[in-house]
Amino acid sequence: MKKILFIEDESALQKTFGEILKQEGYEMTSALNGEVGLRLAKTQKPDLILLDLILPRVHGFEVLKKLKEDKETKDIPVIVLTNLEGIGDIDKALELGATTYLVKAQYSLEEVVEKIKKALGE
Amino acid sequence: MSFKNILSQLNIFAQCKKYGLPLWQCPQFLFLVMGIVIAITAITFYAIATRYIADPRLVALMVLIITAILFIIANIINRSFERLAEASRMKSEFISVVSHQLRSPLSNLRWAIELLMSGRTDPITEKQLEYFKILKENSIRMGELVSDLLIVSRLETAKLPFKKQEFAFEDLINNLIKEFKPLARASNVEIKFEPEKNLPKVFSDPSQLRLVIENLLDNAIRYIKERGQVEIKLEKRDKNFYFEIKDNGVGIPREDQKYIFQKFFRSENILRYQTQGSGLGLYISKAIVERSGGKISFRSQEGVGSTFWFTIPIK
Repeated sequence: MKKILFIEDESALQKTFGEILKQEGYEMTSALNGEVGLRLAKTQKPDLILLDLILPRVHGFEVLKKLKEDKETKDIPVIVLTNLEGIGDIDKALELGATTYLVKAQYSLEEVVEKIKKALGE
Repeated sequence: MSFKNILSQLNIFAQCKKYGLPLWQCPQFLFLVMGIVIAITAITFYAIATRYIADPRLVALMVLIITAILFIIANIINRSFERLAEASRMKSEFISVVSHQLRSPLSNLRWAIELLMSGRTDPITEKQLEYFKILKENSIRMGELVSDLLIVSRLETAKLPFKKQEFAFEDLINNLIKEFKPLARASNVEIKFEPEKNLPKVFSDPSQLRLVIENLLDNAIRYIKERGQVEIKLEKRDKNFYFEIKDNGVGIPREDQKYIFQKFFRSENILRYQTQGSGLGLYISKAIVERSGGKISFRSQEGVGSTFWFTIPIK
């Protein structure tokens, strides 16, 4: 069973994604802030990370940077799932090594699940 | 021009505030400062020079004092305008922050509804599905309104930078038409696109140009009553691209035509209450086209249809 780490401070979203990803046959772990997210990425070695950008403690960009700097986590694909949509934000995230950048407001739940499957090579 | 109009023209502070221009760009203000400086200096020098011509030291002292007073006044004006600019900036920032804050609960809402609708959690009845659809549609609608507000606030604070690149204009249009196919089919609308052959590439910001065409195409389809046709043309005219979109929809009543590009304006046509819209689409489109150095306009007849067109420089 493939593991997905969801770094997102909105517990409502954690719940919704937890449910749908479980039904799609994935195991999802939640991290409600960047610090916990980084720790879990190292200890659990997920197959994919879903990352919000506006996070308490450690900002999403910082999390992304650290993930890509660390030998152990740099190959894990990261989907940025956020409501920030400035051109600067998108460019920065892609430069830092994000696989995909999704603006929450522009996608339905099913579409996000499709993107996750695609990033996992399914 | 009525007397009231002239009076309101004289209220420079209100004028500058209305335009939302920064201090150093507000023509009324610069004019006022220029006028005051010239008038005071001229009168003062005249008075001093005629009365105290016998004592140059006194004249020098007076000039010094008046210069200092002028300097202080200028400084006060300067600070009051800084406050004005700050207020305007804070307004836009407020819209931007509120919109961003609204987006998170909106996505939470929408995705939770979608999860329920999918029947993945529990089976749902037809009746429930009907109401879930209403919830979903309205959460999407709110989301779109928030997105439009964010674009407007960025346009007004000039925080929507142009990211120019070279691309094929007709490809952008074709892609958009493809995206609008489901809506067009559901509305019994046929979309025709005939670009001129051998068009050069355009050097512009594709995402902003996309917003313009998206708005025009969306309007054209939505305001067709039963079945109809949308015709899109793309031509090269001198140093510009000319884009035209023609529909045979309900048209815009003559008395509403002059307001059509205003923020939040929605025409009182027969489909107003059946179609959703923020009243921001055409305002955004106009702002983008004009910032790109182009022009946008339309002709419309109620019951016959509307034709919107715009130009943008090729380079």
